[in-house]
Amino acid sequence: MAYKQTSQKFNAAINSVEIGTGNKTLALGGENVLPFYSFDGPILNPPRVGVEISDLGMNDKLAGMLNFYGDTQDVVELVKKASGMPGAEFICLVLDSADPDGENRSVEDCVAMVKSVEEAATLPLMVMGCGNTEKDTVLFEKISEALEGKNIVILSAKEENYKNVGASAGLAYGQKVGAESSVDINLAKQLNVLLTQLGVNNKNIIMNLGSATAGYGFEYVVSTMDRVKMAALGQNDTALQMPIVTPVSSETWSVKESLLEQEDMPEWGSRENRIIDMEVATAAACLAAGSNAVILRHPSTVEAISQMIKELI
Amino acid sequence: MALKGLDIFKLTPKTNCKECGNPTCMAFSMKVAQGAIPIEKCPYLTEDVLAQVSDATAPPMKTIKVGTGENEHNLGGETVLQRHEKTFVNKNIYAVTVSNAEGAKNEEVFASVEAIDYSRISERMYIEAVFAKYDEKGSKELYLELVKKAADTKRLVIIDCKDTGVAKAALELIKDTKPVLNGANAENYAEMSALAKEYDVVLGVAGNGIEELHDTIEKIEADGNKNLLIDLGTKSIKDAFANAVLIRRGAILGQDRSFGYPSIADVGGLAKGNRVLETALASLFTMKYGSIVVMENMSYSQALPLYGLRQNIFTDPQKPMKVEPGIYRLNGADENSVCMTTVDFALTYFIVSGEIERSGVPCNLLISDAGGYSVLTAWAAGKLSASSLAKFFEENDIEGQIKNRTLVIPGKVAVLKGEIQEKLPGWDIVVGSNEAVQIVKFLQDYK
Ligand code: B12
Ligand code: SF4
Repeated sequence: MAYKQTSQKFNAAINSVEIGTGNKTLALGGENVLPFYSFDGPILNPPRVGVEISDLGMNDKLAGMLNFYGDTQDVVELVKKASGMPGAEFICLVLDSADPDGENRSVEDCVAMVKSVEEAATLPLMVMGCGNTEKDTVLFEKISEALEGKNIVILSAKEENYKNVGASAGLAYGQKVGAESSVDINLAKQLNVLLTQLGVNNKNIIMNLGSATAGYGFEYVVSTMDRVKMAALGQNDTALQMPIVTPVSSETWSVKESLLEQEDMPEWGSRENRIIDMEVATAAACLAAGSNAVILRHPSTVEAISQMIKELI
Repeated sequence: MALKGLDIFKLTPKTNCKECGNPTCMAFSMKVAQGAIPIEKCPYLTEDVLAQVSDATAPPMKTIKVGTGENEHNLGGETVLQRHEKTFVNKNIYAVTVSNAEGAKNEEVFASVEAIDYSRISERMYIEAVFAKYDEKGSKELYLELVKKAADTKRLVIIDCKDTGVAKAALELIKDTKPVLNGANAENYAEMSALAKEYDVVLGVAGNGIEELHDTIEKIEADGNKNLLIDLGTKSIKDAFANAVLIRRGAILGQDRSFGYPSIADVGGLAKGNRVLETALASLFTMKYGSIVVMENMSYSQALPLYGLRQNIFTDPQKPMKVEPGIYRLNGADENSVCMTTVDFALTYFIVSGEIERSGVPCNLLISDAGGYSVLTAWAAGKLSASSLAKFFEENDIEGQIKNRTLVIPGKVAVLKGEIQEKLPGWDIVVGSNEAVQIVKFLQDYK
């Protein structure tokens, strides 16, 4: 029997969502095939690669990071440099300084800082909170207001604060809303439904389904993404057709493999190489499972993942 | 094509003699079609019929055995495309490359084979195979030496060689180890297949394009050889990935038996010396359908995420990996040693106990029943709380078995401190670090 290609053609597609404005616009999602299955049909937008920058400066002074950024801790400088990083397509600014248990920077100061970052960046912007839900809710509202018209992504609205974040970022100021759930298809769907019931347009939502490092419960991430894509494409489930964004580095940089110094585990070798490999392996696996965008830190990882995407599409 | 009950019925003697344990030939046939009983249960079927039926009722993807003894591995045998549908059954293996080509860093590669060998959640993590690439411009003697040396590492050897003469010499050297012979293609398949059959080893087949590949496999099968692997090729990353998916999907969705074989993904060849890209590709092909993932070399920094990923992907989605609740006395702990508590999720236990061991400080690790969840998941699901801990302490008579009254709780559930203090009067509740890696310093300072 001659070879006959089996195909998985779907009638539905992932929403194509544009972020940023003017010459810094970028479209996420839009595909109607499984991740990288370009043999089944054309892929509207390739998966995107973002660079994570903490407003506290460089997270870790590794040789490769210093080499790329130079010895600056100024967040605007860092963002400018990151905008020119080979392979980088968007910036994800993390407002670590706002953490009430840390520097507790005021909302006004944070808003001013985000504004100058947005002006300095030549790539579209996502903004991630500090992890304290109460503070983040206020921050997100003020930032959305201050950056009205810039079409940034707010990461994220969660079960606890989706009403406020949805109303401010999504409804009042027309930003894109990141919907964050914890590695479960039903939770993801529920949050999307709640946001749309609030009035947020389906096409203005991006999902963060939750993440984990390879080796650390990553099977749940894979299965959640597999199931979400099958429901979105195969069953035309409009509540799950949002593009998926996955913060990778925030997970992979905090596991043992990335934290231990070489002195503590000589056979493991260079800590920087471990950080890079944990990040790049996890990012590739997230993309293979269905992420439409990954958020990374190390310049070597950004470059390699971007090359992998180009080669595959 | 799968056979229906009725098709099988037509092949039986229709005598209803009941020797197969079924009331009628029809009942027997229905059960065989469902895969509930093997066709061999009926003693009245001819060899021909048996072969025909077992072919048609066989799983879509063959399980191929490679290597021997401690180094025997099952590859393939998968029945689903996504792990949540059922489970992936045979994990992929990793190989590193030695070659007789000029400039090959064989010594470094053999050193990695030796060095990377550790245990993670009770699974041995090591480089299972050595991929011996033959370069026609290089020396034949050197190649044979390398093949011999590769076999001496006690790993599976993959003889990657299109030259039948050299391949035969290599096979002769290490035939007892049941290596894989990789190198059949549209031109040489007849001789290569004959060689593989002669030495009773698995044959790897490659093709220029997926049609040619399919065609070559069919010809080899027609010659009676179904002990195969499919080489995804190194033409381009895009091509190799398309092959990986189309082949697996063809077998499982399309019932295309000629594609029902495990694969070889040479990511070292695809990455062309870019080490970081190589890690990304190894991860990609671990996720999607590589059975033997071949790297140029492997460093610890690459092994750590890849083996972790593989362990995750190939677990059974139906059952979380758990450890038994109870007292784990580490580093020679006794009733006076400090206590730490965590959940019964195997991964958490493995990480936490590993760090406690590294600290060298005697410690009683108390594992409560948390449904097999991680610390935060268990807390969020209500399976790790002050009451669940108090209940665990009571049911296991912890106070009767341990005199020390200091209990360190995971930093991620610091919020529970007050409540636990209330439920366990007499205990000094201490909030530990967030990440296990800081336990070493914590315990050493604490002492
Ligand atoms: C995989 C996963 C799941 C899997 C379960 C896997 C499992 N067996 O536990 C599934 C999909 C089933 C799941 C379900 C849920 N999950 Co969940 N899940 C995760 C995920 C992605 C990884 C968890 C993991 O495996 N971690 C690795 C292990 C090793 O970590 P660990 O146990 O904490 O151990 C570390 C430390 O705590 C420390 N440590 C451990 N013990 C000790 C002891 C001492 C003394 C010390 C000092 C240190 C220490 O060492 C370890 C390494 O550093 C996390 C997010 C994340 N990236 O962490 C969310 C996460 C834990 N889940 C979360 C939630 C909310 C849930 C659900 C409640 C969602 C829901 N409503 O359905 C359910 C609950 C379960 C249920 N009702 O069915 C939240 C918890 C929120 C919070 N802050 O409390 C998280 C953080 C995701 C999020 N960001 O929202 N989850
Ligand atoms: S043993 Fe064979 S012939 Fe007898 S009842 Fe069973 S199927 Fe029919």
